[in-house]
Amino acid sequence: MNIGQFIMMRHELLLTAVALIILIAEIFTADNSKKKLIPFSIGLFALVTILGFLPVQEGTLFGGSYQGSHLAALMKNVLNIGVLIIFLQAEGWLRRDENADRISEYFLLTISTLIGMNFMISAGDFLIFYVGLETATIPIAALAAYDRIRSRSAEAGIKLILSSALSSGVLLFGLSLIYGAMGSIYFADVAQTVTANSMVALGFIFFVSGMGFKISLVPFHFWTADVYEGAPVNVTSYLSVISKGAASFIFAIILFTVFKTLTEMWKPVIYTLAVFTMTIGNLFALRQQNLKRFLAFSSIAQAGFILLGILGANDLGMTAIVYFVLIYVFTNLGAFGVVEAISNASGVETIKGYNGLYKTNPKLSLLMTLALFSLAGIPPVAGFFGKFFLFTSAASSGYYILVLIAVLNATISLYYYLLVVRAMFIEKSDNPVPAFKSSPYMRVALLLCVAGIFAVGFASVIFDSIREISQNFMF
Amino acid sequence: MIEGIPIQHFLIVSTLMFFIGVAGFIMRRNLITILMAIELILNSVNINFVIFNRYLYPDQLQGHFFAILVVGIAAAEASVAIALIINIYRKLKNIDVENVNELRY
Repeated sequence: MNIGQFIMMRHELLLTAVALIILIAEIFTADNSKKKLIPFSIGLFALVTILGFLPVQEGTLFGGSYQGSHLAALMKNVLNIGVLIIFLQAEGWLRRDENADRISEYFLLTISTLIGMNFMISAGDFLIFYVGLETATIPIAALAAYDRIRSRSAEAGIKLILSSALSSGVLLFGLSLIYGAMGSIYFADVAQTVTANSMVALGFIFFVSGMGFKISLVPFHFWTADVYEGAPVNVTSYLSVISKGAASFIFAIILFTVFKTLTEMWKPVIYTLAVFTMTIGNLFALRQQNLKRFLAFSSIAQAGFILLGILGANDLGMTAIVYFVLIYVFTNLGAFGVVEAISNASGVETIKGYNGLYKTNPKLSLLMTLALFSLAGIPPVAGFFGKFFLFTSAASSGYYILVLIAVLNATISLYYYLLVVRAMFIEKSDNPVPAFKSSPYMRVALLLCVAGIFAVGFASVIFDSIREISQNFMF
Repeated sequence: MIEGIPIQHFLIVSTLMFFIGVAGFIMRRNLITILMAIELILNSVNINFVIFNRYLYPDQLQGHFFAILVVGIAAAEASVAIALIINIYRKLKNIDVENVNELRY
């Protein structure tokens, strides 16, 4: 191994460099000009996002602990795009006076979780996977408690750190059993020798439970709604899009590579989880009044759809997952962006508060409608194609009943997404959210989301290139 | 190998510790005690890793290294959790979970 090979870890190294630069810039910035750090950090991160698209070479580092593949690079790029949009959306919130002294903390914590996720996706053994997972989780708890003056934010932080610590403990217990049975923590070794004996099965159950917490699958979802409601909107969108997306990626990778020979063992588990997650997520979303809570349950339901792609267990499934998460990044961040813009301007976060929004803020209402239609999967927008390929991959493995359940759930979800649309367009209100103009950063972020919602659905070249990369990865 | 102690004894201890930790996490009402329950879980995992390594695969060190990193990460996790608990204490003047109930269905 020579030094030149380290370029394989370009995504991680660049992010580490950015984190250090922001830290140094924070030291050398005067107290009254901390706000200059916002455009500086966003600009640096945009540069990293663009550099991420340069071609990477494949290979392994550190004796197989780190696996650099084209698929991993693609996943990291998807996450980078999402984080860039979130940073742009954060601008208005960070400029408030109460946040003036901790602007760089926000960027540092977010970037460190992203570094953790990148290592997790590229992990070649369970050790790096675990370290990455924890690096990705612990700073988010600090972020969730970022609005120290609001007791709800503090509560969200403590709930997140305790439940995620329990889940990683459960996951680790599973990993220790798998290590005991297999004698290796390397993915490549485990994949070759793994057999369905009872110790591996027990370890696997613990492993799935731990991951279920991170992706918030039913019945491991109880922390989700509370944390999403209490955390600042921006952190909620980060939790529901980026960390969920990263966890789904590595879950799919581990199931498809490490536990490949045990496919028949894990398929019933994932099947049951998928049914419960879709149905219960949807049923709870029906009765929510707070928009953040509403989007939390809708994101639980979306995680259930991602499991359909995992059940496909072929290259089409992998393609569908990456493609769906890419669309989900634009769609959900569009919806969260609108919620954040309105929350920043007027503090309204309930569905009732959106009554008559179209009269005062027509552009935001149209964008919200577009995003909700995409989440529901209505044909012309990208969300439809994302769901369509997930269903196709499940159907190609013969899960027709599951696809039927999923379609029924998609129909139920249409009802509650339309409730918000009805509030905005049809319901009258005496005091609707007053008209306001959002900052240029927020507008750029929302435009990126709209562009993504349309472009990713219609540009088949995106799907084809993801397909090609997944095929190379799986075989 | 440790003379006279079969591997099952260690595994029984670690499994008991794990489930005591889970039970403590669910039943305890004090946030610090909940944190201690989590430490029990993580330490049971450490026992597992070290014992599997020592008894079954004595020619390598993967389990030992895993245990060392788990200890380090547990410390990081505990420090963030305690910081957040102090934050809660400043607001509520106690750390009983019954009072951390502003968000619920």
